[in-house]
Amino acid sequence: MAANKVKIATTSLAGCFGCHMSFLDIDERLLTLAEVVEFDRSPLTDIEHCGPCDIGLIEGGVCNSENVHVLREFRNNCKILVAVGACAINGGLPALRNFFKLEDCLLEAYQDGIGVDNPQIPNDPELPLLLDKVRPIHEIVKIDYFMPGCPPSADVFWTFLSALIEGRDPNLPYALVHYD
Amino acid sequence: MSGTLIIDGQTIPFSAGQTVIEAARTAGVYIPHLCHRPGYTPHGSCKLCTVTVNGRTCSACTYPAADGQTVVSNSPEQQQDRLRITQMLFVEGNHFCPSCEKSGNCQLQGVAYHLHMLDNHFPHFYAQREMDASHPDILIDHNRCIFCNLCVRASKEKDGKEVFGIAGRGINKRLIINSPSGLLKDSDISIDDSAAHVCPTGAILIKRSGYQVPIGERIYDHHPISEVACNAADTITEGNHGC
Repeated sequence: MAANKVKIATTSLAGCFGCHMSFLDIDERLLTLAEVVEFDRSPLTDIEHCGPCDIGLIEGGVCNSENVHVLREFRNNCKILVAVGACAINGGLPALRNFFKLEDCLLEAYQDGIGVDNPQIPNDPELPLLLDKVRPIHEIVKIDYFMPGCPPSADVFWTFLSALIEGRDPNLPYALVHYD
Repeated sequence: MSGTLIIDGQTIPFSAGQTVIEAARTAGVYIPHLCHRPGYTPHGSCKLCTVTVNGRTCSACTYPAADGQTVVSNSPEQQQDRLRITQMLFVEGNHFCPSCEKSGNCQLQGVAYHLHMLDNHFPHFYAQREMDASHPDILIDHNRCIFCNLCVRASKEKDGKEVFGIAGRGINKRLIINSPSGLLKDSDISIDDSAAHVCPTGAILIKRSGYQVPIGERIYDHHPISEVACNAADTITEGNHGC
């Protein structure tokens, strides 16, 4: 039975998980969805790496090296890759840090900020290095579809996924297109 | 001279001295635009109102209407060009709508919604222009400026002042303030000036007036700019209705 299901992977890069929450806002329609889709790698599952999938949903922009690796893993495995939300589309509000030098951001957060205890910039190799700028995901890999919104509403997710699952091109009505 | 012209198959009248876009608006036909505004000298910078008149490409905001013209404004190619132009405007500045108090009431955003823009297509510039928060009542976020020149024209033509200008060339073009310090606080602008209210984007804002209108009641929440801009009741006020 599972073989016939549409496989969906999701991830949050430099996101706030708000897009995932908005996805869950489709509420009981999740049960309808669960009949036709199966989730691969996602914050909602325990699967560590993305396998071959039909649809990949990417929330968040790209802010560090791990984001780049994850994004490429998704691109390599997903037939259709979707940029979900303002951050994935244009970097979003995290890209406001592009106004500042990365070093200044780190110093402010870990060394000079108010209330910082034991000031030092974290440097364990376990930690992914930040990129100098936050970037939209379409500047790293090819993206097939875009779902605008901060976050896109539950109805956007529903309209979009319904179309993709049925093999149609998604078509959002005016009321569902917003950037805020 | 007056007479009729045909826009996308629809015959509409025009009166003497009207441009193509003015004739269209009078007849309730929307042609996308950002730098055009009724009652202001045409500017021709945004290029969104590009149409073909008798087969020639021109800006509807600067082209005089003439009897018997055949105007095409709504071809798929023209809409695609407008989409790309709008995306260029988005990537050139920092248009982070989720944190902009003009969201829902912004003509740039309204045009993008009208064109069904879902992404920005181009790589982002992430402009680094300084904000001017020096004035007690008026704020300028230069990273949202689309150089439509409306504030320049408003200050000169409506307010009888010359507070704003555009300086620099190419991508270094910028809005400048006519004051010894270059700051808005040292200029002649006042909160009652047309120039303080005419901005079609979130570049020039009145301080302490943001987020007053509930989501769902903002100008473009339910009605596309194509409807709002051509509403007969939408007279030429300083409200930002997309006319």
